Amino acid sequence: MEHAVSVSPWVSLAYLVAGVCFILALRGLSSPVTSQRGNRFGMIGMAIAVITTLATHVPEADSPDVAHFMVPDWISIGEILAAIAIGAAIGLVTARRIAMTAMPQLVAAFHSLVGLAAVLVAAAAFLNPLAFGIAQVIRPIYGPDLVNILPVSRIEMALGVAIGAITFSGSVIAFLKLNGNMSGKPILLPGRHVINLGLLAGILGLIGYFLTDQSPWVFWTITVLSFVIGFLLIVPIGGADMPVVVSMLNSYSGWAAAAMGFTLHNTAMIVTGALVGSSGAILSYIMCRAMNRSFISVIAGGFGGDSGGGAAAAATDRPWKRGSAEDAAFLMQQAEQVVIVPGYGMAVAQAQHALREMGDKLKEHGVRVKYAIHPVAGRMPGHMNVLLAEANVPYDEVFELEDINSEFAQTDVAFVIGANDVTNPAAKTDKSSPIYGMPVLDVEKAKTVLFIKRSMGGVGYAGVDNELFYRDNTMMLLADAKKMVEEIVKSID
Amino acid sequence: MDFISILSIFVLACFVGYYVVWSVTPALHTPLMAVTNAISSVIIVGALIASAAVGLGSGGATSKWLGLLAVVLASINIFGGFAVTARMLAMYKKKVR
Repeated sequence: MEHAVSVSPWVSLAYLVAGVCFILALRGLSSPVTSQRGNRFGMIGMAIAVITTLATHVPEADSPDVAHFMVPDWISIGEILAAIAIGAAIGLVTARRIAMTAMPQLVAAFHSLVGLAAVLVAAAAFLNPLAFGIAQVIRPIYGPDLVNILPVSRIEMALGVAIGAITFSGSVIAFLKLNGNMSGKPILLPGRHVINLGLLAGILGLIGYFLTDQSPWVFWTITVLSFVIGFLLIVPIGGADMPVVVSMLNSYSGWAAAAMGFTLHNTAMIVTGALVGSSGAILSYIMCRAMNRSFISVIAGGFGGDSGGGAAAAATDRPWKRGSAEDAAFLMQQAEQVVIVPGYGMAVAQAQHALREMGDKLKEHGVRVKYAIHPVAGRMPGHMNVLLAEANVPYDEVFELEDINSEFAQTDVAFVIGANDVTNPAAKTDKSSPIYGMPVLDVEKAKTVLFIKRSMGGVGYAGVDNELFYRDNTMMLLADAKKMVEEIVKSID
Repeated sequence: MDFISILSIFVLACFVGYYVVWSVTPALHTPLMAVTNAISSVIIVGALIASAAVGLGSGGATSKWLGLLAVVLASINIFGGFAVTARMLAMYKKKVR
């Protein structure tokens, strides 16, 4: 294989070092203690990759007179630096301003940018393959020179543009749903599976055909079809499945980077793509397992709207107990251990700061306060942990499902705020329930369950009534989550 | 580099990724997504190559502008991604005893 740009071993080595830095960046996240150092490794790796590329690809001015001396094209260099500066300004301002509750939207928006960047790079490589060293020039005896893109590069480029386009349009839809610009309810098109499979077959067929014919129409049709399929794949997926979708798009953005890394023969891109790709895949798997749903059924869509108001108006004629903020304050002050179970409702009500205040007050009364987090609480993996950290809850008071589930039996009060399905005992007992088999927090084993909820009418995302409401040891606190917690804080003396 | 060497790097990196990501504590899954998002913007390397190339073939000019646009998008991600990750990680504190 011949390359227009000869690669020095030092350059390859620099990209390899960048790749290793990225591995260390993820490794650092194994504990909050090492995480900040990890993030710095990531930045160093990125700086190495960018500087190496800038230094080895200095734009050259067209100056035929001094063929052997490189004259830098300062205008192009200026344009590139300006592009980086514009991106940096937008990125830094966004990162500083974004509310922690809006993190799922932000991540979805960032994924869409990676996807679009991959599409643009693939298109640039297609239009100017010689600059990327992925083409051969054939000089026929008659007629103009032909620029032939290498067959392997055609496949890699086509895969890169396809995955990038799917990531882009999918993430845009995910962003609109998470940001509330679009209903979280699944939108089901008739015959969508047939359409999607047809589109997928079309894309794969065209990628194969691209090997024999590098005409622009093939490349652009692949791009357009991929945009369409990305859109169609995410539209039918409901709000409750968003943690899986966000993780999945994370994975796709990695595979897109890896595909472009193959095209450019760049170690840093391949290593990063593989890391990000597997990271997203593992997160999707963890999310699916936490909901006891198969990946295929999530992709097929149609599960979980934004407000499951429709489902059988919940059997509200069954007896249940209502409590007040004073009752709740009294019960918790007397307790030895209180376990707080937050869910998406806490994020919506922005109740995390009030909640931490409540925790502090309880601790002053000698109560042991712990937080129990279900893996799919919230709209993205680890969403609740970030919100609690923002409210200054120490991370060693926050526990994962498997670490705390055995403790509910020794807990005096389980305080459920904004969570529903993840506490439903029906998941363990009722085989006919749609959430049967899903791992849940055993809150009903606590002596008392305090359950904050707006009203008795609504049901969780899965559209099932929660058995927990009608138990003897459950007290319902019907109010806005933040207001209720603030009132409880006032009532604790 | 031939295709097989590249494929070897890729496959081995997938395994590294698999084990490294499983060791990430679930409490840091949101920062994990933010930082993976930032590093996947290493795609900027391709964007820089495209924007630095000049005068090669008829598609050269378009290619350059597409590259520059990709540089902007990837930079948003790199700076935004690392900054928001740093902001989140700074919030994770231990209990003050």
